[in-house]
Amino acid sequence: MFAILQSNPDPGALTRLVSGPDSGAIDLFIGTVRNQTGGRAVVALEFESYGPMAKKEMAKIAEEAKSRWPVNKIAIHHLEGRALPGDTVVVIAVAAAHRAAAFEACRFAIDQLKERVPIWKKELYEDGEVWVAAHP
Amino acid sequence: MIKNQHMQLRVLPFGIARDIIGTSPFTLELEEGARVQDLLDRLKVQFPELKKLRSIAVAVNEAYADGSQAVTGEDEIAIIPPVSGG
Repeated sequence: MFAILQSNPDPGALTRLVSGPDSGAIDLFIGTVRNQTGGRAVVALEFESYGPMAKKEMAKIAEEAKSRWPVNKIAIHHLEGRALPGDTVVVIAVAAAHRAAAFEACRFAIDQLKERVPIWKKELYEDGEVWVAAHP
Repeated sequence: MIKNQHMQLRVLPFGIARDIIGTSPFTLELEEGARVQDLLDRLKVQFPELKKLRSIAVAVNEAYADGSQAVTGEDEIAIIPPVSGG
């Protein structure tokens, strides 16, 4: 349910992972690569992760979401390595009996992932590269 | 007088922290009984560029640790600069 992949996460595969007869709603968050940041053209992104801990933090986020909203299953897959504009780099799938809980838990999961899952993104430009958010 | 015992810590720096420290894993020697905060203080003295980061966290055995947690030579210690997944 929680994975760091060398290839682009597949929304269809995550949908199948969380679907089941007890759920009436599945919410997907799909994070993709934007071709610019603050007007500067982005050629590619390079993702690095602390894989074993990243998977544990993803599982903790899912447990916290389940304790806050009535959701049945949560799956999170994130890419490691290089990604090009338009590529999918993260997919979160949340299945619940009803849509309100699925929407809320899905937003919570991506917000928490960005805050605490040990994954780092380097933006590559024509003329340089920057670790995103490293400096104030 | 008893001489303080030292321990070798195995430290894994990630992202920009690895670029700053230059090697991974990295070995750091601290006195027995040292805590996470002691480790951070030492690293910031040895690698002043770390002080310029927006934040720096430490994980011990794959879980976030606060400054008061003790570390030993058996632990896997990770240096976690600001994360930016998603």
